[in-house]
Amino acid sequence: MYSRRRFMQAGAAGGVIASATGLLPAWAKSASAGNTGIFELAGNSFDLTVGHSAVEIGKRRGHAITVNGTVPGPLLRFREGEKLTLRVKNMLDEDTSIHWHGLLVPFYMDGVPGVSFPGIKPGETFTYEYAVPQYGTYWYHSHSGLQEQAGHYGPIIIDPASADPVTSDREYVLVLSDWSFEHPHKVFARVKKDMEVYNFQQRTIGDFVSDVGKNGLGATLEDRAMWGQMRMSPTDISDVTAAAYTYLINGHATADNWTGIFNPGERVRLRIINASAMTIFNFRIPGLPMTVVAADGLNVRPVETDEFQIGVAETYDVIVEPKRARAFPIVAESIDRSGQVVATFAPEPDMRATAPLLRDRPTLTHKDMGMAAMAGMNHGGMDHGAMASGSKAPGPNVQGSMDHAAMGHGTSADTNDGAVKPDMASMPGMSEDKSGMSSMSHDMSGGAMQEHNHKTDAGVDNVAMAPTNRLDEPGLGLEDVPHRALRYSQLRSLDPNPDTRAPEREMEIHLTGNMERYMWSFDGVKFSAVEKPIIFHEGERLRVTLVNDTMMTHPIHLHGMFFDLVVDEGDHKPRKHTVNVKPGDKLSFDVSAEHVGDWAFHCHLLFHMHAGMMQVVSLLPRDGAAPIAPDEMKMDHKAMGHEGMDHGSMKMSDETMKPREISSPDHSKMTHGSEH
Amino acid sequence: MAKATYFSAAGGACFILALAIAPAKAEDPTQPWSQADSYYGPTEMAEARRAVQKEHGGNTMYYVLADRLEYQTNDGDPLLLFDGQGWWGGDRNKLTLKSELEYDLTADRFEEAEIQALWTRPIARYFDLQAGVRHDFTAGADRTFGVLGVQGLAPYWFEIDAAAFVSGDGDVSARVELEYELLLTQRLILQPRTELNFAIQSVEEVGVGSGLSTAEVGARLRYEIRRQFAPYVGVSWTRSVGETADFARADGEDPGGVSFVAGLRLWF
Repeated sequence: MYSRRRFMQAGAAGGVIASATGLLPAWAKSASAGNTGIFELAGNSFDLTVGHSAVEIGKRRGHAITVNGTVPGPLLRFREGEKLTLRVKNMLDEDTSIHWHGLLVPFYMDGVPGVSFPGIKPGETFTYEYAVPQYGTYWYHSHSGLQEQAGHYGPIIIDPASADPVTSDREYVLVLSDWSFEHPHKVFARVKKDMEVYNFQQRTIGDFVSDVGKNGLGATLEDRAMWGQMRMSPTDISDVTAAAYTYLINGHATADNWTGIFNPGERVRLRIINASAMTIFNFRIPGLPMTVVAADGLNVRPVETDEFQIGVAETYDVIVEPKRARAFPIVAESIDRSGQVVATFAPEPDMRATAPLLRDRPTLTHKDMGMAAMAGMNHGGMDHGAMASGSKAPGPNVQGSMDHAAMGHGTSADTNDGAVKPDMASMPGMSEDKSGMSSMSHDMSGGAMQEHNHKTDAGVDNVAMAPTNRLDEPGLGLEDVPHRALRYSQLRSLDPNPDTRAPEREMEIHLTGNMERYMWSFDGVKFSAVEKPIIFHEGERLRVTLVNDTMMTHPIHLHGMFFDLVVDEGDHKPRKHTVNVKPGDKLSFDVSAEHVGDWAFHCHLLFHMHAGMMQVVSLLPRDGAAPIAPDEMKMDHKAMGHEGMDHGSMKMSDETMKPREISSPDHSKMTHGSEH
Repeated sequence: MAKATYFSAAGGACFILALAIAPAKAEDPTQPWSQADSYYGPTEMAEARRAVQKEHGGNTMYYVLADRLEYQTNDGDPLLLFDGQGWWGGDRNKLTLKSELEYDLTADRFEEAEIQALWTRPIARYFDLQAGVRHDFTAGADRTFGVLGVQGLAPYWFEIDAAAFVSGDGDVSARVELEYELLLTQRLILQPRTELNFAIQSVEEVGVGSGLSTAEVGARLRYEIRRQFAPYVGVSWTRSVGETADFARADGEDPGGVSFVAGLRLWF
């Protein structure tokens, strides 16, 4: 208890910068440092100080930008629907911000500088006030510059107002992250100048020789020629690798051996948050099956698996039930398998699990180029009829590159009967350099051709000509593991979807980039060049289709709303705030435009966002349109501030500014035997 | 209408935000998005909006590459060679500087010294257009050229730098450099390279004949201790061709030769 209370008091005191190395908030500590599992504890007033701190990671000293002095920052735990006050003091000499990732806050509390507020200037204190109509596992991070890469992130747990359908005897938060001892801007600049600067898993002469041995000279040459013509590399999986990163679980490198303890037979809930800047992880606990019970904070029907790929900013809650008293390794391996972090899950605090060896690096294939299924696309159960008519639906058009009238959605329906003949010349970008694309010109008659009515200048090195829906795949490198690996298609919301209207409008957004130039964008337009946002109208139900023209997996995040991932046309679609869009992938989500405001929409790979892969969704009030009746919504939107929140009471008096004693929570609520 | 009010504490160390109830409001049509303006003020939001857009895709940076910083044996007439380039700018526009310096250690003077200042702009996915000026400082042959070239990555990963030069006297010449990188291991890299120089007219005073004037073929084997720092050894074969070779012979120079080289490849 001592350490936890000390942290809470530090928080209440307005943020004592901890310069002592190795100091971590109680929730992030190892069992050997007294963490026996986090427990129920709710505050509703938090003081957070963003500042510079020294940290010790893997026995090496580094410099971090921290919240209340630690990496990760403090756990914010509060109750669904409770009105919160969060005072954020900026002790940096640059602007900062905190974005509450996945929380349905009023947009002006969302914490994105230049979109939802002006940012927090050096020396200032900004007070966030909101209540959220949701519970589950979330996180927070800076949305300013590259501060997130430097340590500015932490977990959030929201406890349900009523009983939690997921029960457990013990729980832990596992915050996965990627730490660099180098300055984030330096790392970014290096990647921008040489995109392979951190890739030490490229194909060499040795690989050529062994491929010739395996596949024969002809096939190997053909393969090398194909990639050579494209000027792409099948080993470009992570821009920043273990060559720059030390991967962390709760601020602990493998050498620091974070340990969580359990008693055999217990049900333990692990709340896993990928708070990395640039690292998609494969997460597994060899020897221990995991039952996924929540994704991105919201409950899903329990599904048992052995491994899952977790995109940056995604969260998963799993239940594990270790029966035997042995030490299990908790393994988070980077998607390119250049490195991993291993923690221990054991009955005793001083145990150490044996780390598994790194597995062979995966390589990209035709499918990842968006060239997989030239004939017959799997649209994941999309209703093409509805899509075609949806595109003709009235309603103000989205401007410029988002002109849906011109987007030819009818084509995707037409492709079902193979009527569309590919026309290379008409595809912008293709005409520029046909020689490089000659290998793509074969085998396309009668196939499903993807339309590309977006900008394709030098910033776009590839367009997916025949993308496929990949929701039924576990993610790069997990296709052939000798155990179960989670697929999005397995997820179903535990609760029925709150809005089951058919989409009345649809739009397609392409994820675009030029790997060599390290330019990233949506629809070929970097955020720096965006003139018009993406428009949503209050009350409408939209289907958004994302087409990944690049060869990288992009965790795409939409602020301010959950979207229903179209895994089928049922009413239990998994609801998420972030979705991994695989290379050459084409997936859709349905979303109800509810909360008026300007919302950021971006790739959560921090450097991709920094290079331009960002947009704003302007959710505009629809005057005169019938708003969605609140009782149609499962979530309590009254608590969200737009309708019911008493803004008058938000005007701060001295009294409300006074921090409430969050160091004296209701102890009667702290169950789970935290004292032993 | 919604109003945002600020109370600035002394010294601006703290500001308290008060929010009045905000009904649906009209957007500012001159701004791409502006719904937060009514909460925080249009001036402050406009500034933050500019900053956030610039921050995400609009940054400028710089790059400096010493591709060849080396000692050449040059048949007992050793040279120091620097061949490098650098740029400053963003994705659309860059200022590129290129330089090639050859210092004759025996004669203790620059054999060749050129610098180019070029405006660079992407014209295709993997190619940039470059236009600007080149100046040669070689003793006795100070000349200035206009430059138009392309630089980029050709299919099969060939790095190409090709440029045409027009001198003040109207003489036209061209240079094509081609490099390839062969990964023997993740850090041991063999780089074959060739450089061909062409001229339309003969210019005897600088010893250049028309047609293909000089050809250089070499290979350098480097070890990337870090990607940015790689010592190397290699061999380079240079040969003057045709009329250019005649000019060289007339000057008592060898028209061709093999050099062993050792140097450093650096970038930052």
